[in-house]
Amino acid sequence: MSSCTIYKRELSSYFSQPTAYAIIVIFLSLSMGLAFSFGKFMSIGDASLEWTFFFWQPWIYMLLAPAVGMKLWADEQRTGTIELLGTFPVSTWSCILGKFFAAATVWLVALLLTFPIVITVNYLGNPDNGAILAGYIGSFLVCCTFLAITMLVSACTRDQVVCLIVSVAICVTMVLCGYDDFTRELGKAASPGAVEAVVSMGVWDHFSSLNQGLLRLQDLVWFASFIFVCLLGTSAILSSKRA
Amino acid sequence: MIEVETLTKQFGSKIAVNNLSFTVKKGEVLGFLGPNGAGKSTTMRMITGFIPPTSGDAKLCGISMVDRPAEAKTKIGYLPESAPLYNEMTVTGFLKFCASIRGLTGTAKNDAVERAIETCFLNSVALQSIDTLSKGYRHRTCLAQALLHDPEVLILDEPTDGLDPNQKFEVRQLIKRLGQTKAILFSTHILEEVEASCTRAVIVDRGVIVADGTPSELLAQSGTGSLTDLFRAVTSSDTEAAA
Ligand SMILES: Nc1ncnc2c1ncn2[C@@H]1O[C@H](COP(=O)(O)OP(=O)(O)O)[C@@H](O)[C@H]1O
Ligand SMILES: [Mg+2]
Repeated sequence: MSSCTIYKRELSSYFSQPTAYAIIVIFLSLSMGLAFSFGKFMSIGDASLEWTFFFWQPWIYMLLAPAVGMKLWADEQRTGTIELLGTFPVSTWSCILGKFFAAATVWLVALLLTFPIVITVNYLGNPDNGAILAGYIGSFLVCCTFLAITMLVSACTRDQVVCLIVSVAICVTMVLCGYDDFTRELGKAASPGAVEAVVSMGVWDHFSSLNQGLLRLQDLVWFASFIFVCLLGTSAILSSKRA
Repeated sequence: MIEVETLTKQFGSKIAVNNLSFTVKKGEVLGFLGPNGAGKSTTMRMITGFIPPTSGDAKLCGISMVDRPAEAKTKIGYLPESAPLYNEMTVTGFLKFCASIRGLTGTAKNDAVERAIETCFLNSVALQSIDTLSKGYRHRTCLAQALLHDPEVLILDEPTDGLDPNQKFEVRQLIKRLGQTKAILFSTHILEEVEASCTRAVIVDRGVIVADGTPSELLAQSGTGSLTDLFRAVTSSDTEAAA
């Protein structure tokens, strides 16, 4: 109930300011632009969207997801409204969940607005729409993971810029960690065990299989637990800050 | 209504509030005086459940803030020191949000918002965006938020700070009027306010109570008939405290 109230307030704050629109427009231009240019959407003749479209999304999220999440707690602490939230009869968890789902909803809207590309592949070819759905789920989960990280960082600081820079750094690391070209280079320098540890921290391991249309339980569990740990950390940081 | 029992707060090695005890009954307006840094805000934050006390407890209508915070918080209306607000919302939008989070719905919510707007003279700015408000209106909007659920206990941290003389007068009148049916604790370092609206006052200095009584008792205690003299005699100035 109270998380729902907070969810509505956060969501309307995104859409009553230019933030959400700017992010959605940039996301749509980048994801479509990359699909049609580097993704060679037209010439490659692949209707699955795996390489042409979904492949690019973690790269976009690592820069844009923190821009959506950075204000969540940083702004609350800078303006002092956290003192209102903290003295309303609501639990920290309701606030965290309400805020997290509001930010996730902005991204869900952005992602749903990429529907023309699905219509296009269905018009041009005969794709596996189940695989495309799995790709969308994977893409959304990557985005939520980055949002959860940003939320954790924004609980630590009252400065949105610091939050943005730190979260982008973490997200970039997570994208690079499991990226093939990067791990190949790393493999020359480090032991296989170390490489494996690094890869398991990255998002590709889990995103790729979803992207190929495989809905594996272990990937869903990985995303869910990663997000949960970040939210748990947020709650811990917020209460330790007040102590 | 408000029972503060040996409340203590320690920040690192610094004791901000030291073993503070006092009670405020229904129909009483307690002025909480003290120089800057005396621990007034910290005490209020503990009573409202924003920060946990190092030791001690505050009971609101008999409900312990330490043991049953969610329930105790429903009894309180709180105006934080800087009157924090969500700048992107309108006055009515903000008050509706606060009312929903207090569990009010439907007509009860609309009535509460309307009543608070009237009590705090916000009619002319009801549909204005908060970031365009002048300081006096911002303060009153935050005060309106504290009155929405008609709480039995009001805690106001420097409610007249930064207002012009007319607005100060109005807020004092409001406090006096509300004080007839509620228990009010308000902090200030403006001494004339004590005579204007308090039934009782305590003076705190460096986290301990150094004077306590009705305004006339305090005047008698001062010897010279001036509260300023008493205040200067029992509290230490910034420069001394640092030394
Ligand atoms: N979060 C905090 N961390 C460390 N010290 C604090 C914190 N909050 C307040 N203090 C210190 O506690 C003392 C009391 O502060 P405060 O309650 O704000 O005083 P007042 O409201 O009476 O002016 C001050 O010396 C202040 O520096
Ligand atoms: Mg203060």
